[in-house]
Amino acid sequence: MILYLLCLSLFCIGIYGVLRKRNLVKIIIGLGIIEYSMNLFFVLLGYRLHGRAPIDAQNQDILNMVDPLPQALVLTSIVIGLGVTALVISIAIRIYEKYGTFDITKIKKLKG
Amino acid sequence: MFNAHFIPLFVIIPLLGAFLVSLLGKYLKRAFVDIFSSLICFLLLAISFFGLITLRNSGTSVLAYKIGGWIPPFGICMVFDGLSAFMLLTVNLIAFFVCIFSLNYMEKYTDKPKFFTLFFLMLTGMNGLVVTGDLFNLFVFLEIASIASYALVAFGTEAEELEASFKYAIMGSVASSFIFLGIAFLYGFTSTLNMADMSRVLSTKPSTWLVPFVSVLFLMGFGLKAALVPFHAWLPDAHSSAPASISAMLSGVLIKTLGIYAMMRIFFNIFGMTSAYSSVLMFLGALSMIVAVILALSQWDLKRLLAYHSISQIGYVVLGIGLGTPLGILGGLFHLFNHSVFKSLLFLNSGAIDYSANTRDLKEMSGLKEKMPVTANTNLIASMSIAGIPPFNGFWSKLIIIFACLQKGYVGYGLVCVVGSILTLASFMKVQKYAFLGELKEKYKNLKEVPWAMKLSMISLAAICVLGGLLLLPSLKFFLNDAVNVLLEGRNYAGIVLGAASR
Amino acid sequence: MIDNPKHGMSLIVKTITRLTIGLILIFGIYIVLHGHLSPGGGFAGGVIIALSFVHLMLAFGKDVAAAKVSADLASNLESIGALMFLGVALLGFLGGSFFLNILEKGVPFKLFSAGTILLSNMAISLKVGIGLFAIFLALVILEKSKE
Repeated sequence: MILYLLCLSLFCIGIYGVLRKRNLVKIIIGLGIIEYSMNLFFVLLGYRLHGRAPIDAQNQDILNMVDPLPQALVLTSIVIGLGVTALVISIAIRIYEKYGTFDITKIKKLKG
Repeated sequence: MFNAHFIPLFVIIPLLGAFLVSLLGKYLKRAFVDIFSSLICFLLLAISFFGLITLRNSGTSVLAYKIGGWIPPFGICMVFDGLSAFMLLTVNLIAFFVCIFSLNYMEKYTDKPKFFTLFFLMLTGMNGLVVTGDLFNLFVFLEIASIASYALVAFGTEAEELEASFKYAIMGSVASSFIFLGIAFLYGFTSTLNMADMSRVLSTKPSTWLVPFVSVLFLMGFGLKAALVPFHAWLPDAHSSAPASISAMLSGVLIKTLGIYAMMRIFFNIFGMTSAYSSVLMFLGALSMIVAVILALSQWDLKRLLAYHSISQIGYVVLGIGLGTPLGILGGLFHLFNHSVFKSLLFLNSGAIDYSANTRDLKEMSGLKEKMPVTANTNLIASMSIAGIPPFNGFWSKLIIIFACLQKGYVGYGLVCVVGSILTLASFMKVQKYAFLGELKEKYKNLKEVPWAMKLSMISLAAICVLGGLLLLPSLKFFLNDAVNVLLEGRNYAGIVLGAASR
Repeated sequence: MIDNPKHGMSLIVKTITRLTIGLILIFGIYIVLHGHLSPGGGFAGGVIIALSFVHLMLAFGKDVAAAKVSADLASNLESIGALMFLGVALLGFLGGSFFLNILEKGVPFKLFSAGTILLSNMAISLKVGIGLFAIFLALVILEKSKE
């Protein structure tokens, strides 16, 4: 139970980063922390007491494994996070070329 | 089982098209890219018509397809019912006309093959989301479509487009992680990911705090994708800075499939609609209507004004669906179809003005009617549709929504609808006056009308606007009625899908 | 490999890199091929294969890496990887439904058991590996053009 609360507090730290920081790169790091905490939470949901890793080896029986389905889904989610991070970083580099600053209070051409 | 084999084609064809265009577009001539892309969009439109007719003739209400032969709780199944057929036809119709429009419009930007790669990836995501029957598969297709749209908004790489795309990307990613958190909680409780199976498990294993908590998370996540009012701040920047054909796709179909379709599927078929959800959805819909229309009155940038009106019309759709009665859902779904058609037409018109006159500011243009008659007339038809003037299609759907409000006794909400409609009419009269009527300015003496491909897509969409009211005739009304019946089934969806999949 | 002292890192790093990138590549291919027997599979193996090329670029500079795998070649290989994956999925139609596993499944725990999973792992590793290297190449070219 305490593990899940720590995961959710990591999520809150990530949201604080996205909301309150002024540098573009720090916002991207906050987004990364949010995604990592989500993946960690989902993997932790699959834990069974006294379970071992879910690998089908030759001389061990199938009982007592942790749940393998969240692990497969989190693999997909990590790659999605990689794609979004790569896209957002290249947009941030191009913004630096056009505006000359990384500060979001100065990047305000679109108003209203 | 024999006649369900066309369902995976909705995902295969755009994916194949995306990577073939990326590979071969550099080496073959320019005409290859044009013809190939139009062919793929036309093929998708033909298959969605074929699917609609097959569903009608098959006698059952649901066609289910098991991927890889695995039976449903263990494998992914694709479900094709009345609501999916309705959404697929809308998406592929608008995509076909936007594809024809962008054959000429995207000449002004660099690298057309890359544009069509991203466009087809977005179409893959939207088609896959509508067709799937599995909750995590829905999340994966949602992410594919969202990431492609983040890249498409920044396609021109001007300063404003990059800023708008950055804001959209960060907010969209945070919303996706809320949706992922909701899916994680649901998996932990029910230990299955198939939507039909989950609905069955949730009705047998009750819990007091889980379903309200997860519905709040989903409301935040999908509400941001659908641009309901507390979560709308990304839409005016993103839709006004994107290239015009992408604005038409984003505002016409993306916010509807990613936001509203997913919310409907989860709230009606998995959780079951209660009066608490009803009142929340109706309140958010009415709030969107009024706030967006008031903010739109002071805009002088044409595309920003159209983006605020998108938020307002989505409020109508959510109000209609939130009512929960058969008449209300009919009005909401019909308005969803109509709004796709006339909002895409409005954005394509602004793209045509941008292509010829190179401006988006209403104060700078005037008197374009004599030089660009096709654009001016289609704009007039679309403006009358969105304001709800008979006999165009917007009038019928708004009338049904107002009747549904009064039928259930909510006189206040009906009044809010009427006030929103009047303010919408005011905005569009401003657009007509400043852009098309009046004196032609000196610098526009040499304007030419747009090329024939762009004219073709605008005229076709305007024809659908005029004839759209005919969908309420008894012989054609099955198209909407099938969709409404799927939502009214509620949790019986589970039994029907599992029965269809075991055949 | 050019031993230009102006580009890239110091001589010690360059020597060690020459020895290790082959080993990293082979390790990545091992993880891809044994995806159905031990943890790993397409994504993880693809990232490790990409890392060997990125290691080359970090140690020797952008020009040497771009001479091995240029931007055009990377873009083409990526599309070929995706088309291969779609081709493997469409092969299932021969057996009856989309994505069906139609090759024979041999003796369990050997290398060639589990049918088409091996082919899809290889296609995914090609796409992910080349894609990650292309992202690095694009970011570095962006950096150079800014100066």
